[in-house]
Amino acid sequence: MPTPLLMPALSPTMEEGTLAKWLVKEGDTVSSGDIVAEIETDKATMEVEAVDEGKIGKILVQEGTENVKVNQPIAVILEDGESADDIDMDALGGGEAPAKQEAESQSDDSDEDEGEDDNGSAETGDLPTRPDFTASADIEIPEGTKMIETVVRDALRDAMAEEMRRDEAVFVMGEEVAEYQGAYKVTRELLQEFGDRRVVDTPITEYGFAGLGVGAAFAGLKPIVEFMTWNFAMQAIDHIINSAAKTRYMSGGQMGCPIVFRGPNAAAARVAAQHSQDYSPWYASVPGLIVIAPYSAADAKGLLKAAIRDPNPVVFLEHELLYGDKGEVPDMEDFVLPIGKAKIVREGTDVTISSHSRGVMFALAAADMLAEEGISAEVIDLRTLRPLDHHTVVQSVKKTNRLVTVEEAWAPMGVGAEVAWRVVQEAFDYLDAPPARVTQEDAPLPYAANLEALSLPNADKVVAAVKKVMYLDK
Amino acid sequence: MTREENDYAPLKLHVPEPPVRPGDTPTFDKFEVPEAGSVRKPPIDTDFDDIRDLGFDIIRVLDDEGKAVGPWAEDISDEQLQAGLRAMMRTRAFDERMLKAQRQGKTSFYIQCTGEEAIATGHQLALRQGDMNFPTYRQQGLLLAQDMDLGRMMNQIYSNEKDELRGRQLPVLYSFKEEGFFTISGNLSTQYIQAVGWAMASAIKGDTKVASAWIGDGATAEGDFHTALVFASVYKPPVILNVVDNQWAISSFHGIAGAESSTFAERAHGYGLPSLRVDGNDWVAVYAASRWAIERARRGHGPTMIEWVTYRAGAHSTSDDPSKYRPKTEHEAWPLGDPIKRMKQHLIARGLWSEERHTQAEAQYADEMREAAIEAESNGTLHDGPGPSAAEMFEQVYKDVPPHLRRQRQKMGI
Repeated sequence: MPTPLLMPALSPTMEEGTLAKWLVKEGDTVSSGDIVAEIETDKATMEVEAVDEGKIGKILVQEGTENVKVNQPIAVILEDGESADDIDMDALGGGEAPAKQEAESQSDDSDEDEGEDDNGSAETGDLPTRPDFTASADIEIPEGTKMIETVVRDALRDAMAEEMRRDEAVFVMGEEVAEYQGAYKVTRELLQEFGDRRVVDTPITEYGFAGLGVGAAFAGLKPIVEFMTWNFAMQAIDHIINSAAKTRYMSGGQMGCPIVFRGPNAAAARVAAQHSQDYSPWYASVPGLIVIAPYSAADAKGLLKAAIRDPNPVVFLEHELLYGDKGEVPDMEDFVLPIGKAKIVREGTDVTISSHSRGVMFALAAADMLAEEGISAEVIDLRTLRPLDHHTVVQSVKKTNRLVTVEEAWAPMGVGAEVAWRVVQEAFDYLDAPPARVTQEDAPLPYAANLEALSLPNADKVVAAVKKVMYLDK
Repeated sequence: MTREENDYAPLKLHVPEPPVRPGDTPTFDKFEVPEAGSVRKPPIDTDFDDIRDLGFDIIRVLDDEGKAVGPWAEDISDEQLQAGLRAMMRTRAFDERMLKAQRQGKTSFYIQCTGEEAIATGHQLALRQGDMNFPTYRQQGLLLAQDMDLGRMMNQIYSNEKDELRGRQLPVLYSFKEEGFFTISGNLSTQYIQAVGWAMASAIKGDTKVASAWIGDGATAEGDFHTALVFASVYKPPVILNVVDNQWAISSFHGIAGAESSTFAERAHGYGLPSLRVDGNDWVAVYAASRWAIERARRGHGPTMIEWVTYRAGAHSTSDDPSKYRPKTEHEAWPLGDPIKRMKQHLIARGLWSEERHTQAEAQYADEMREAAIEAESNGTLHDGPGPSAAEMFEQVYKDVPPHLRRQRQKMGI
């Protein structure tokens, strides 16, 4: 039966308000929690969320309409198989301002229009989800665009070089970034192109040059601060959190901090406890920060460019063991990806595996192994950890009914815990098994090769977790 | 060597102690006060090595009779001197009013700068529009010296409906970007290295603006202080590194921050930075030394550290009772006196001021502060009035409000 969408109350005392804007049109598919409209009162602007999933059958109150009473139907949502003809206006008890367009006039192809993501693979979101942040809208790659095989290290380098050409305010600093071309050669040839005014070698104090960068960002420049590894940035965390992330808020919006902190995160090979920590959950818990942890070369480039352009402070978590990995990067003038959008990197039907950074590699390898056993795994690369696009995971779980999360950090309070909680919150009834997690063992990472391998996630561990949620483990 | 042959005495830990404690007679007899006018004034492009002595000496201009003497006294107009006294008097009047407001429960917290008014006011009047201070919580004089709207400051202290920081910050941790007053950092000292970064940005951009960093004697122990000096030394950005040595970090006398072993100004030398040590209770010396260091920075000759020698005459904050750890009358024994009294004496000696006018001005500024407070209180105080807008609680976490924060706001029904 068609379900009415009612004008919500923003406060206990609200009686009516203005329907400021529709964010969907008739014929669009929506799911629970999607924002469909904006309403205003004299006190605030609020967003209206769809309560049920279905298709917008009819818009009853046009945008711009004032004095819309609380609980008045403003639109009708149709379930599968229903058409706008099924709407009984009298039964809805409202609809005095009928939509100008007939629902029938809307074509039904909107699903196809929105089902593609930037790299051409299918995205679950067949809904008009708006990016959480302003950096950029999703981009289309024109047909015939040349794809260039690039290693992650060079994709990151190209992103910085392009943004430095584009914007004089962008500069990079850190230990060994200039003369030495970066400890991992991520800043290769930047000194030669941009000079020592914009590619600045610093003294060895992460705390010092993080604070220095924050100060420069306060002065209106857009610093890229490279940490040789995020492990060394522990002493810089005060500037990142207490100053970069909070100052805009504390200053009533006067002082923003457009800065990117970047460098390799998590376990490298044989570098032991103090050089092998995954900080994803640490930074992703802090309001005011954006946290990005890409896996592929294309995402590394497109998201680093977005990070540099974003007006907020960004923590950009790279991975030393991915720097040499090749991937196809589109040869485009301005390849900027949206921050805050996950990506389905492999479609499947039996289980959803959600991960980020190098965990995606384990997830993809596991999916190959599972396919040989006839199990179809869908792999999602979260790409951005704050804001976290859990909608994509929720949509996927609604299809597969099973969830495994993979990350290189320790389990307690981790990214997988957050993802699993959000899925339980929004898709509890769809789950056929409790979500499972693959993480590092709960001990500092040992040096010895055998112990290191035991401690870290790998494809076998992911396969085992998948079998567990499918009740195939013995 | 056998155990019996050990002739070493057991080791002992040295914990610095102030010369006197409550109940003792206050004394500063170990504190040497150089004669006013005795310290030379070098050219602004001087090398740090040529002025090492200025990190030990104390630049003083006003002598005991209130006369301005020596090379640092030159080229200061009557108007500047009068503006200095006015700024100090208004700063003290503002503090008195806000202390009263705290005692009346209109705010939870206040920090006064009594006895230190000359430093921030004198420094500010030597800066230019567009320069940026990175202050601590005791530099309200930077704002009062530029005739800041009192209501804007008081609304923040009262955390009321008109508070520009929307109820997000502790009282007195102001942010006034246009006025060159950077957001005060509650966790001390982070602003020091950030000021160096801000100054570096000015140089990278090819601008002519300078940054002024502020820190107290106690917080010089923080790593930020030392990293700031490293970076200032390496890149030579246009920054003034102010250290306000007011003798006390809450109850820890400055010996706990290492002042027994060296002056704070002296520490700059280890980094190859020039430093001045200045009588912080002598407004004319403050203004002259600030002007020298600021001009040096703006002309591209690099950073200067200035140690301001002063005394915290009041409590650390409204949460502090100094009579528990130092003699009640210690501030009266402070050899550099009170900055307002000294400036008053100087202006009277120059024929620009009188006892009568001073008394009138005190009453006038007290009235001004009372009226401003009444006006600000009409917007509400800590426990009175609607307070800052609840709907704005989720704003400015990011430049634009992200959907998840809108949803949280929506759930709260605001």
